[in-house]
Order: sequence, then structure tokens, then C-alpha cells
Amino acid sequence: MNNTCIWILAFEGFGREREALEETVLLRYEKSLTYLSFFLLQQHTTFFTLIRYCIFQITQKKKTFASFFSLLSKTKSTAEMALSRLSSRSTTLLQPFATTSLLRRRHISTDTTPITVETSLPFTSHLISPPSRAVETSSQELLSFFRDMALMRRMEIAADSLYKAKLIRGFCHLYDGQEAVAIGMEAAITKRDAIITSYRDHCTFLGRGGGLFEAFSELMGRTTGCSKGKGGSMHFYKKDASFYGGHGIVGAQAPLGCGLAFAQKYSKEEAVSFTLYGDGAANQGQLFEALNIAALWDLPAVLVCENNHYGMGTAEWRSAKSPAYFKRGDYVPGLKVDGMDALAVKQACKFAKEHALKNGPIILEMDTYRYHGHSMSDPGSTYRTRDEISGVRQVRDPIDRVRKLIIAHDIATEKELKDMEKEVRKEVDAAVAQAKESPIPEPSELFSNIYVKGFGAESFGADRKELRATLP
Amino acid sequence: IREKMWGILRQRGIDGGGLSLRRTRSALVSARSYAAGSKEMTVRDALNSAIDEEMSADPKVFVMGEEVGQYQGAYKITKGLLEKYGPERVYDTPITEAGFTGIGVGAAYAGLKPVVEFMTFNFSMQAIDHIINSAAKSNYMSAGQINVPIVFRGPNGAAAGVGAQHSQCYAAWYASVPGLKVLAPYSAEDARGLLKAAIRDPDPVVFLENELLYGESFPISEEALDSSFCLPIGKAKIEREGKDVTIVTFSKMVGFALKAAEKLAEEGISAEVINLRSIRPLDRETINASVRKTSRLVTVEEGFPQHGVCAEICASVVEESFSYLDAPVERIAGADVPMPYAANLERLALPQVEDIVRAAKRACYRSK
Repeated sequence: MNNTCIWILAFEGFGREREALEETVLLRYEKSLTYLSFFLLQQHTTFFTLIRYCIFQITQKKKTFASFFSLLSKTKSTAEMALSRLSSRSTTLLQPFATTSLLRRRHISTDTTPITVETSLPFTSHLISPPSRAVETSSQELLSFFRDMALMRRMEIAADSLYKAKLIRGFCHLYDGQEAVAIGMEAAITKRDAIITSYRDHCTFLGRGGGLFEAFSELMGRTTGCSKGKGGSMHFYKKDASFYGGHGIVGAQAPLGCGLAFAQKYSKEEAVSFTLYGDGAANQGQLFEALNIAALWDLPAVLVCENNHYGMGTAEWRSAKSPAYFKRGDYVPGLKVDGMDALAVKQACKFAKEHALKNGPIILEMDTYRYHGHSMSDPGSTYRTRDEISGVRQVRDPIDRVRKLIIAHDIATEKELKDMEKEVRKEVDAAVAQAKESPIPEPSELFSNIYVKGFGAESFGADRKELRATLP
Repeated sequence: IREKMWGILRQRGIDGGGLSLRRTRSALVSARSYAAGSKEMTVRDALNSAIDEEMSADPKVFVMGEEVGQYQGAYKITKGLLEKYGPERVYDTPITEAGFTGIGVGAAYAGLKPVVEFMTFNFSMQAIDHIINSAAKSNYMSAGQINVPIVFRGPNGAAAGVGAQHSQCYAAWYASVPGLKVLAPYSAEDARGLLKAAIRDPDPVVFLENELLYGESFPISEEALDSSFCLPIGKAKIEREGKDVTIVTFSKMVGFALKAAEKLAEEGISAEVINLRSIRPLDRETINASVRKTSRLVTVEEGFPQHGVCAEICASVVEESFSYLDAPVERIAGADVPMPYAANLERLALPQVEDIVRAAKRACYRSK
């Protein structure tokens, strides 16, 4: 194995001195990727024991990164966190994950007393001072994060099966892996703040208050869907919750979102618009056109780049000369956030909202990852390795992160969380079953909603002498 | 400087307002007593007054485009609006059609009523994705949740000597899209009524003006000058009644068709001239009713002939009124070439009155 070098630094202290040593800790695996991991060890594991163990595993060349990690974790005591970070060609710094403390066992708690948690990584910023890493949360919030993210995850997995069963047709772009962005954002904003996103919109819809039944009905083209079956996977909307879709054209949502912000400023609403786009859309010209106008006119626009590192099948380093998307705004300040950490996302969105209301546009880059391919017709493994995907799933999964936080803060037990997941699964299965029974749209729906006011104009089917309608 | 401007305007309003009011009152009185005919108004003033009145009636209406504010409008259509309504209602944009059109559509999603100006519709191609995919289709894709009450307006078609990239007519392109409404005024009354209707309309409207018509004056009725005046969308106007041949057209070509009708009348052919006003929805009823009366059809447009507006009208008439036709349908359109610059070639590339006359005569079996 070339390019493998291991330095693992284990020490017995906690606190600030640790940070100074982090820069020298590197673990690399495989030529194509760089993983950086840092293992916080408890006091009784000696340094030399660990080194001997690691070297043994690596030289064996038998274990994948994922199983290597799980082996290593078994040698630790209960309070241990690991962090893995995906990076392109350059090495990046390691930062410690949240520290944990052993608390007395408590029953499953839903209280709102503030708990302060540190984000996994500090925020990197451009033209602005970053917010603090200390995020205030509560048991109730953490549990809601867990449940909502588990619901989103389950929904996307169910959509995967439905697509393979040919009940969902056309395009289906799944969001699993990126749930923390949707959840963290919702925790920081209100339903008066607007959200607009791309075609990867199922979970954003759910986060805005959309129902599972409406979502599955829409995916299966039933009249009970949120767009009455006429939109499909890419066109979910929920205007009463200020969710403006659901857009199929890459990058189109960028100026549209700045337009929403324009309307909020015009109507003096004291609200902001969050425009989500991917690393693929980040190179679109219309985005820079919209940013220019947003910055000129001080629009309360927050542009959120959900950087999952692949624009369809092309890795970010192959499509962007500068993949530092948070800096691409040039004169617009930016913040880079660990998008797999719901609390970091929450902190960043809260910070961004305050900034946008006072000072105009800001860019947030969410470093995130999607487990599925670009869409259901993309296996997702021709341009990245399965080991990379499983590696991220093992080490950076947003739901597991919150699960560990909950367990570490003694808010719920592992079994209780597993029960919650089972409940969520049942909920999703019930919604799927109900949606499967729902009716398909009436043929007359072909001609509805073309105009708000049709003035009696005529519309035609394929054979205009056979099928025509008057638009009301 | 802005404060000074406001100060001056206010002063004028207080001191000069009373005076000017007296002046206009007396002018109106004299008009009533002396003028037998109606007033005249240029298309430019008609459009300006329409936007002005709609902005004053609805605070959600705002204007956005290149040079619409401080420059008073590239063609002076938005003259005086910035001074009257301020920079919060009239926005000068950078030269970035895709960006500002998308912003306009986004503002419309949120319930505002933008009037987006394209300096010419040739530049709308840079923003066409937003016009079609973000605006036209949204109401349908969202099953009625998101409607887009936006107006895209600007000069369309050929001007004089501006060359290939600045002379295309987009009526056929936009009128083929379900979800859009496409209007094309001819006279000042059309301009006022249709623009007011377009701004009030809850759906996206593409409003195709014509640069060469801006300076033309037309008689305008008192009714059309009223601030609540509106023309119905989807209804064509019979500009001249006739019984021998129906000439259907829109925008500048209406003027040419009327001149052609005069020439045809001298030769004993009575031509009915229909001004479409609305390309989408197309008033098939009026067209077909007229053809059933005259049995002959000549369609005229400035744009490219293939897959054009005329092609649609001809198809519609052949489908619905086949047994009424006494002659093949005739199409007069712009030449099937990019617009040349040389004056003589440009003349050959555009329909002229003689072309319309010749086609009408052909339809009447009177050609040589």
C-alpha cells in the first residue's frame, strides 16, 4: 500500500492542549481518497498499545477502513467519538468532536433545559467572523432531530424500493445522508422564512411540514399528492410554509430564491430566503448574476451550497477550478459548515439569518454527502468507491451522530432510540400503503391549473377533434 | 440629489399644480368644445400611462429592467416612473437577463407583480428558461399552489437596420407554451388596454411591443383613457369589416394590412382585417367565424415562416372551417433568412403592403 502513513497521537488529557497536537494526526487509506481521523481515547489505553494495534491492522492489508475503525473502537471505553472527514487533494485539519461526559442514567427526557454542545469542526469563514462552535440545544431538540432525520431516512429508503418496484417513475433524486442540512436549517428558522431548493426536495418538503402521505402520493402520481400528482418527485411545493419547490433545472432556483428575498424586503417582512443548490449548480452563471443583484440591493438571501462533492457523476475537483464554494461569492461573505452535523447547520443558519437581515446575502457551504447516486438511474458507484460511501456512513452519518449525542447525554437509551426508529418505519410503511391505495387523477385534471384565469380559452389533447377542454 | 429632486417636484406640485390643473381644465373644456374627433395618443404614452396607473393602483406592481429608471427607459416607455414612485418601485438592473428575470419570477412566486422589461425580446433568450420553466409551468406543476403574476414586456420583431441578432420575432416561440399568455398590441388603445389587463392578470404574460410603433399616434377614446380601462385577453378585434377575404395579423402588420385593404378596396375586393391582439390564447372563434363569412384567408406576420403564428392560424382554419374555404390559405411572413442589414435586403426580408395585396388577390383568384 503506497502513500500510507500513520501517525496516531493518543494522550490522556482533554481540553485545549489537544488542539495544538491535532494538526499532526493523519490517517490515510487508499490512493484515491484522504480520510482524516482522530480518535479520542480514554485514559487507560496506552499510546504504545494503540500504535501496535494500528500498525498490525494496516500492514495486514485485509481490513477495510470501516472495519478497521470498528475494531479500534472496541478497544475503547464507552465515551469515545470518531470523526472522519472527506477532503479533495489537500490535507485538512482535524478537529475534535464533542466531548462527552458520563451522566447518571435517566429516563427518556424531553425537557428543554439548554445543553451546550460543541460542533464537530470549527466554521471556516470568508470575509466574516465565524459564529461560535458552542451550540445551545436541548433534550427535546436532539430527540426531535433524531426522529425527524430517521423519518427522512426511512422515507428515502422507501422511495428507493418503490422506484425499483416501478411505482415511482421518471426521476427520483434521494437525499439520504444529507438530512442534517434540512433538519438543522428548520431548527434555526421559522415558516415565514422561505426555502427553495433543487430537485432533491423530498426531505426539505418534510422539514417544512409536508406529510409523508402527500409525499408518497405525489411520487406515485396520485391525486392525493402535494401537487395532485401533476408535479412528480422534482416538484413538491408547500406555499403555506413558504416552501417554493422543487426545481428541475440545475441552478434556476438561485435567482428565484433571490427573488423571494427581494419580495421579503419589498414587503418589509423581516424574514429571509434560503436558496439551496448543489456543488454542481455552484458554477452556474445565473447564480453569480443573482448574487450580484442580491449584494447590490442588500437582499436578505442566504445561499446554501449543499456540497455533496459530486455534481451528478462528476467530482467537484473535476468541475470547479475553485471548489471552495463558500469563497466563490467573492464580495459576499461565506461560511463553511460540517453539513453532517445538524447542530453546526443550525448554528450556521441562525447566524446567516441574522446576517442576511442586516447586511444582505451570505453563502453557506454545507460539507455533506449523499449515499445514493445522483438519481435512481445512477448506481452512484462508477465515480466513487463503495468503500468511500460505507466509510462516510460509518463515521459521519448524521443520524448516528445525534444518536451518540443522545446516548452520551443520557437523554435516551440505545434501545429507546431503536424503538423510535421502528416506530418511524411503521409510520412510513403505513403512509406508503395508504398512498398505494390512493386514486390516480381524473383525465380532466390534464387541463386544470394551466392558467389561474383561462378566460374560456381552449386547450387540446393529442387528437384535438377528440379531446379538448375549455379553460375556466 | 434625490432629496433635491423630490423637493423640486413637491414645489412644482404645490405651486404649479394648481396652475397646471387650471390649465388642463381649460384645455379639456376647449377640447370638448372645439374637437369633433377623439384625442390622439402615441403608443409610447399609452404604455407609459398604463404602467403608471397600474403602479398607482396596486403597490405590489414594480418595474424592473435595464435603463428603466434613471435613463427614463431605453425607449422612454418608463419615463417619469422613477421620479414618481421612487427607487423602491422602479429598479435599474445590471445587464444580466437570466439573473434579473429569475429574480422577477421569484418575486412573483411570493406574490408581488413584477413588470420585467427586456430591452428587446432578442435578449429574452438569455432568460427563456425562467420565462418557460420557472414561470409558465409553475401553476400547473404545483397544481395551483404557485401562480406567477408577472409581465415580461419589451419590443419584439424587426426594427430598422439593426441586423440579424436584434430583429427576431418571438411570438411563435412563446405562444407555443401552455401556461403563458402572449399579447401583441397594435394601436394606442390596444397598448393601454392590453398592458393593463396583463399587469392585473394572475398568470405570466409575454407582452410583445414593436419599436417602430412606439412613436405612432392613434386616436384614443375617452373610455380608453379611463384608469379602469382594460381589454379582454384572448379576444381579437375586427379592425375593418369586409366580405371577400379575411386578413389576420398582429402588431405592426395590422397597419400594413389596413393599407393593403385600402388598395384592395380600390380594386373591388373587400377585405376584413382582424387584429389578433392576443396570440395566446388565440381567438380561433373570431378567425373562423370571419373565414366562414369570406371563405378566403390571408395570414400575415413579421416572424420566420416555419412553425410560425400564421402556420397555426392556417392549420386551425383548415381543421375547423375546411368546407367553407374557396381557396388555399395564404401565408405572408418574414423571409426564411436571418435579417440582413442592407436596406434593400431588409425590405425584401420583411412583408410589404404589396405582398399582402398580392396574396389577397391570389386568394380571390384575381392574380395574373
